[in-house]
Amino acid sequence: MAQAFELLLRGDAETWGIIGRSLSFSFFATIFSLIPGIPLGVFMAWKASKGRRILASLIHAISALPTVVIGLFVYAFLSRSGPLGFLGFLYAPAGVILGQFFLAMPLVASVTYTGLAKLDPRFKETLETFGTPLLFKFSATLREAKMAVLSSVVLSFGRVIGEVGVSMMLGGNIRGLTRTMTTAIALDAAKGEFERAISLGLVLLLIAVAVNVTVNGLASHGR
Amino acid sequence: MKSSQRRSLAVVACMLAACFMAWGQSPQGGQPSNPRIKLATTTSTEQSGLLAYMLPIFEKKTGYKVDVIAVGTGASLKIAEKGDCDIVLVHARSLEDAFMAAGWGSERRDVMYNDFIVLGPKNDPAGIRNAKTAKDAFTMIAAKKAIFISRGDNSGTHVKEKDLWKLASIAPSGSWYKEAGQGMSQVIIMAEQLGGYTLADRATWLAVKGSAPGLSIIFEKDADLLNPYGIITVNPAKWPHVNVAGAKALMDFFTGPDGRSLIESYKIGGDQCFFLL
Repeated sequence: MAQAFELLLRGDAETWGIIGRSLSFSFFATIFSLIPGIPLGVFMAWKASKGRRILASLIHAISALPTVVIGLFVYAFLSRSGPLGFLGFLYAPAGVILGQFFLAMPLVASVTYTGLAKLDPRFKETLETFGTPLLFKFSATLREAKMAVLSSVVLSFGRVIGEVGVSMMLGGNIRGLTRTMTTAIALDAAKGEFERAISLGLVLLLIAVAVNVTVNGLASHGR
Repeated sequence: MKSSQRRSLAVVACMLAACFMAWGQSPQGGQPSNPRIKLATTTSTEQSGLLAYMLPIFEKKTGYKVDVIAVGTGASLKIAEKGDCDIVLVHARSLEDAFMAAGWGSERRDVMYNDFIVLGPKNDPAGIRNAKTAKDAFTMIAAKKAIFISRGDNSGTHVKEKDLWKLASIAPSGSWYKEAGQGMSQVIIMAEQLGGYTLADRATWLAVKGSAPGLSIIFEKDADLLNPYGIITVNPAKWPHVNVAGAKALMDFFTGPDGRSLIESYKIGGDQCFFLL
């Protein structure tokens, strides 16, 4: 345990490189996932119809899929023998980010949706009555539910930074390129070398705490 | 602004700052036009430390950057068949020959060998220490139903293990026979934890034996336990995008004088673990 702390404090280049890589992969995956995720959540919440409720349950289900399943689907597309192989994303950072994007996006959509569903129905009615333009409706809804949207961002970041399935399968755990905190922990444990694994575990623990504090802060603010 | 919101914004800001600081750790540009080589290889070459010993020297000399995907022999060859790597360094001659015969590889060369050993609990519950051959040792393990941990991942070691069971005319099954589906060092650690036997390559054993003090080499040095490694470049006729020049350079390095002397000089705790063919 002491050695694990020492590794972090000493500023071991490889350990910090791994931490930085994890953070940047998850950061970009989360940012990209907002672009379709938030509008999708808003779209599902705007009007209650049967089709949208079915879509919402589907998104909920996908957001709970095991990471290896998402990894497997994305792998099938990104392999050179698959339809998107020409991109050269497999076993590269882009592959990991794309896989994490598919992990984060449904979660963003579904948390946004759940947050908006709790809004006062009169708010939506008001928006409808005035026949407001789409963009205004969208931004008004987001303002009204910004806490839900922010929580979805933080939760998604928390999910992707802590996952191992996608990173391992699509990144290949390549040292200095796609080795992230979770795949490094898996490898170190496999080798029976636990010092660095523990120091990375501590960092993940810190991130998990930060994520939870943030989400709770947002929730209490929203009330 | 409420304090909770300020706090959460601060947390998010810290995360973002960390992300940006971390970005931009790309490798230095080299001379070759396509400087990245994807090498799919067995866990033994990576976990034994051989690649970490050899590749930086190759990279410094040539300006290439080798991305190592360490899986098993079977998985490495599958990755190559799908066109997802440029070159493989593996150890299962029967699979390698099938790979070449199907036209997936453009060239195969012998690189080195190490040998397999049978690891087990120090008290040797199946009494294989004095077995005459590897075949006898495996027969005794099965007869005693002593716990045996198999890689179970179609790696080179797993293929060798299956060959040995076949040689002994045994189809292993039952609760004593555990297929782990994991890398060599993980399986060694599992064998120690479960008090079982396993087949391992010597290089990985030397690298991880400090983490498995309950195990020792119970049976070794048999002609059937030799473990030759081959290097195969992926055929550009199948996958035009592969880094032909890079793969060729890496193959030449491993089989040329520089690589050969590095292989011979690589020692773990004073023991040489890979030998030249």
